[in-house]
Amino acid sequence: MGPIGKLLVQRISLGLLLLFLVSIVIFAGTIILPGDVAQQILGQSATPEALANLRAELGVDQPPLERYFEWLGGIVQGDLGTSLASGQSINEIVGRRFANTLFLAGCAAIVAVPFAIFLGLLAVRYQERWPDKMISASTLTTISMPEFVIGYILMFILGVQLRWFSPTAVGFRPDADFFTRLEAIAIPVIVLTLVVLAHMMRMTRAAILNVMQSAYIETAELKGLSSFTVIRKHAFPNAISPVVNVVMLNLAYLVVGVVVVEVVFVYPGMGQFLVDAVTKRDIPVVQACGMIFAAIYIGLNLIADVVSIIANPRLRHPK
Amino acid sequence: MFTRIPFAAMLGLFFTSLFFLIAIFAPLIAPYGYDDVVSSGFWDPPAAEYWLGTDGIGRDLLSRMIYGLRTTIWIATLATLISFTTGSVLGFLAAEMGGWVDQALSRFVDLMMSIPSLIFALVILSITPITVGVLIVVMGLLDSTRVYRLARAVAVDINVMDFVEAAKLRGEKYGWIIFREILPNALSPLVAEMGLRFIFAVLFISTLSFLGLGIQPPQADLGGLVKENAEGLTYGIGAALWPALTIAVLAISVNLVADWVLSRTTSLKGGRG
Repeated sequence: MGPIGKLLVQRISLGLLLLFLVSIVIFAGTIILPGDVAQQILGQSATPEALANLRAELGVDQPPLERYFEWLGGIVQGDLGTSLASGQSINEIVGRRFANTLFLAGCAAIVAVPFAIFLGLLAVRYQERWPDKMISASTLTTISMPEFVIGYILMFILGVQLRWFSPTAVGFRPDADFFTRLEAIAIPVIVLTLVVLAHMMRMTRAAILNVMQSAYIETAELKGLSSFTVIRKHAFPNAISPVVNVVMLNLAYLVVGVVVVEVVFVYPGMGQFLVDAVTKRDIPVVQACGMIFAAIYIGLNLIADVVSIIANPRLRHPK
Repeated sequence: MFTRIPFAAMLGLFFTSLFFLIAIFAPLIAPYGYDDVVSSGFWDPPAAEYWLGTDGIGRDLLSRMIYGLRTTIWIATLATLISFTTGSVLGFLAAEMGGWVDQALSRFVDLMMSIPSLIFALVILSITPITVGVLIVVMGLLDSTRVYRLARAVAVDINVMDFVEAAKLRGEKYGWIIFREILPNALSPLVAEMGLRFIFAVLFISTLSFLGLGIQPPQADLGGLVKENAEGLTYGIGAALWPALTIAVLAISVNLVADWVLSRTTSLKGGRG
């Protein structure tokens, strides 16, 4: 096993360890409160029978450690538990909604990633001139706006005033055909794109500039290589890993942005499900959704690391 | 010195002070109470009596926004204070003590930062009662991880300087070294960071309230006002856009000021060598 293999094994096992620790933190987050959880959920006016029922359902009568391992064991075997509010298996609901969320986030990524990289390259090409400055200014604006603000502004302008797209995602139904569904998520996709675009452009710009300013690029130019060869043999291999890193970090950010955007546009995804569950204090659902979101977030960060290990030319040719 | 403030920072400073003044003197400025129903209609258009019109149940939108701004600003300020005190004290302590204290704190912060703040806040809020106090503490503690990282990084640099070594050789206690030696020298990067953390707190509380998990009606902060009036948007009534734009302008102006402070402190450091 070369140095790459060793690093990969190390990084992936660290990721798994992290996931395990995160599961402890998320579980602990829902038992953090001193006193009777059942009383908290049902309020002061609850009858003793209702309280006893809820306690049994939540399993609070058992010690926390036992409950944790039971919960973790379920998750590892692919059983997310049962919803308190509806009594349904969480797997069924989440399975459907998870696919919807992936569809929305995926569409946003397909639009945002190439666009951001293109604009990032543009900013490098016109460094310190007006396209570059425009990009800095727009970054400041978009990081200062929460997702729901951008969401409502675009909903009002594009959906209500101009009527270009449907203002909400209620047209997104399983029985609707593909194009109706795409049309229903047009504005949410634009919003998510704007949310990650600025960051992605700026980080791409920084990553490429960093590579272009290094000594080996100058050496290659001084050797008299054509600019195409310089880019293909020297700049590109070194730029892949930072750019992939940027993309993955922003996709991880997209996962969080999706929660709010789904609520704004009434989109039947995981985010809306999670927020509903928090309002209803449906703890098993909150734990399951929280764990899934955290796992995706960690997973994307892990992929970013793995890609930069594989793409790093220095590791591929050990001395 | 005022002539040297760049235009963008000036603009930011102006709006930031304006917002803070409005927040402080809200009861004197607001034409009506935050919960007074002043019109029998709903979503009245802007008029002489109600500058920004009324909301869905006939309350003056401008008055609600002035009180909402007050709520947002003071919650964000308190959360920032908590995140700052916790983060910087623990960060300095970790840098100063090193060893297992540093390892334990730093690895714990790494763990907390691997979970998106919003998701973790939702997990906690599913079980705690949603009150202003709980919101401030949850936001403050979740955000203190970022302050911790910065404070620790800055303190590690300062910790190896001669005057700190001298203080240690004199036999000073941790308290002295942290508050008398490290803190005064770490203040300028931390102050710039404070602006960014404040913006984060504003966006965080607005988002939570927008999701219905922050300030509860009839009280409202800016995020809650967007939620209340969002229904009107589909009928072509733009009432929700006013609080939404206020959040954006508040965040952008604080950002402009923080950017300026940041560029000043870095140039200061460069000058010192």
